[in-house]
Amino acid sequence: MRRIISILMENEPGALSRVVGLFSQRGYNIETLTVAPTEDVTLSRLTLTTFGDDKKIEQITKNLNKLIEVVKLVDLTEGPHIERELLLVKIKATGAQRAEVKRTVDIFRGQIVDVTSSIYTVQLTGTADKLDAFIGAVEAQVMEVVRSGVSGVARGEKVLSI
Amino acid sequence: MEKLSGAEMVVRALQDEGVEFLFGYPGGAVLHIYDAIFQQEKVQHILVRHEQAATHAADGYARSTGKPGVVLVTSGPGATNAVTGIATAYMDSIPMVVLSGQVRSDWIGDDAFQETDMVGICRPIVKHSFAVRDTAEIPEIIKKAFYIATTGRPGPVLIDIPKDKTSPMVKLPYEYPSKVKLRSYSPVSRGHSGQIRKAVEELLKAKRPIIYAGGGVVQGNGSESLVKLVRKLNFPVTNTLMGLGSYPATDRQHIGMLGMHGSYEANMTMHNADLILAVGARFDDRVTNDTKKFAPGATIVHIDVDPAVISKNIRADIPIVGRVEHVLQDMLAAVDEIGSKPDEKALARWWDEIDGWRKVHGMRYETNDNGLLKPQQVVESLYRATAGKAYVTSDVGQHQMFAAQYYKFDAPRQWINSGGLGTMGFGLPSAMGVQLAFPDAMVACVTGEASIQMNIQELSTCLQYHLPIKIININNQSLGMVRQWQDMQYGGRHSQSYMDSLPDFVKLAESYGHVGIKVEKAEDLDAAMDKAFSLKDRLVFVDVLVDPTEHVYPMHIADGAMRDMWLSKTERT
Repeated sequence: MRRIISILMENEPGALSRVVGLFSQRGYNIETLTVAPTEDVTLSRLTLTTFGDDKKIEQITKNLNKLIEVVKLVDLTEGPHIERELLLVKIKATGAQRAEVKRTVDIFRGQIVDVTSSIYTVQLTGTADKLDAFIGAVEAQVMEVVRSGVSGVARGEKVLSI
Repeated sequence: MEKLSGAEMVVRALQDEGVEFLFGYPGGAVLHIYDAIFQQEKVQHILVRHEQAATHAADGYARSTGKPGVVLVTSGPGATNAVTGIATAYMDSIPMVVLSGQVRSDWIGDDAFQETDMVGICRPIVKHSFAVRDTAEIPEIIKKAFYIATTGRPGPVLIDIPKDKTSPMVKLPYEYPSKVKLRSYSPVSRGHSGQIRKAVEELLKAKRPIIYAGGGVVQGNGSESLVKLVRKLNFPVTNTLMGLGSYPATDRQHIGMLGMHGSYEANMTMHNADLILAVGARFDDRVTNDTKKFAPGATIVHIDVDPAVISKNIRADIPIVGRVEHVLQDMLAAVDEIGSKPDEKALARWWDEIDGWRKVHGMRYETNDNGLLKPQQVVESLYRATAGKAYVTSDVGQHQMFAAQYYKFDAPRQWINSGGLGTMGFGLPSAMGVQLAFPDAMVACVTGEASIQMNIQELSTCLQYHLPIKIININNQSLGMVRQWQDMQYGGRHSQSYMDSLPDFVKLAESYGHVGIKVEKAEDLDAAMDKAFSLKDRLVFVDVLVDPTEHVYPMHIADGAMRDMWLSKTERT
């Protein structure tokens, strides 16, 4: 099962490598990874997606919690949550294809952020599934795909903070 | 405020931590620190002959005293030589602080002379690591390192110090912090009272219980409480390899070590139990055999200070996270509070069954009638000569298992071996750490002709510091455990498992300034052992020739249950 684990950690050199290292060391997989400082500059928030059954996820979260620089973490998939990923995609579109691509972008509520005579660069946010669906739906040649990896927050009152 | 250089801060901080011994080896990147060491006398530096030995010696010191071992090595090869010892300490949860030199900070990343990314190399084998970026932060980092290494589940902590941060040219105010501030680290102490009560209720209901105590009881100083609980409940108790000594082995309720080479009665008791109370143990693969077939009818109560070991290999029905010492005390109190007693009739039946197992297949071996010694006899002779009172360190292999099986450890911290990593070369240097900590104690290193050669150079260190260790070399002229597996699983093809061209260990010991004794016949063994221990101020190397064909039994049959064992070369359960 796919899980989104969100981690608050010390914004210090070496902290990220410890988190990432733990995954390779113990044979867990990281599907996506995003990390940036929070409003409190001493803290970074790292969000990753991984796959595993309950037992494996329990081990992952326990071992992450043991890292000295990990302050707090939450498995967002345990409860209602919002997940978002940003997609930038370069699409080659000429002639009739241009209108078709634009329509598809509109349907997915994306934005065209750069245009040349033959290229559209499209920005799209949403769940990972939605981004996959968009790439599947585009009927022109996709030149380059950049995805930010998943970020997320829990719905409602629940927050991850210290 | 007093002003110190970075190097002086390092040494002063170690003094302020109460460090007695610093095990190390100098080199370019740590010369400023060595100069500061030279100018003081509080911290005694022990000069080893190889950095691996520095870590094992610090480890032996830590295991025998409960205090953290401290190591100082230079950058590059000095640091990488220490890696095996750090990993050894990590696997067995031993408190250790390792200071490694680093090239000057403006050279880091440039492939400078003797540069290596020690923080990176050690990441998976340390509890935590620090890279010093400012001289001013040295006292705080050292304070944190000792705190992290010794609290919670203990482990090694690395501090990597670039040479320029210890320069005598830069002096800064020094103050050793009295407290540590770490918002992301707060090790648990007491266990959950509800869980403890639930666990005790289960204990009191159990009809076929067993207490399975591991290294956490030794490291967590839980031995006293364990003994009280075991006696109060009249339950059988078994120890892991790491837990030996946490409960007196000569006591009736102790049914020996469990696991791959555990006693028949311990493994049978585990398999047939209806309740297993695991204390400071981690259901290691050398204990459980196939986890799917493990103790099918048992309720599992698991106490450990580290939540990550609970339900990792075997699902716990009642997990309790906390310090073993405190949880056991709280359990004792809960037994009194509940007021009921264990089921005496059921326990009597259970003990009958266990004693039956003991009688049928208790720990035993056949002696040779041609005078060729069996390795077990050597351990028994050592036990007799030391009246069971020695600190025994060991290397890794058959001799380690024989020592664990046949030396009856009655006290915690008496048995010192590399259980998790299984590091050959551990025995002699760890014995140095023990002997330094306890200069008047009997310290024996049970080893083999293969393991001892992995750190043989430390005989020189032993001479320098007058360490009267007794090295009991169980010499079967082969890598015994490898050979045993080759006999059992590889059709007796002894690929690279025999030791040709062995040195004359007696002459070798003598050339290092020690006493060497060779034993070839059974009738000479006891006298040689007694002579070795009568030479109180000398290191004695007792080289005992033994039967190379001997195997360690019992031995779990791979992929079976706890009860599936080879009992001898021909007999199996």
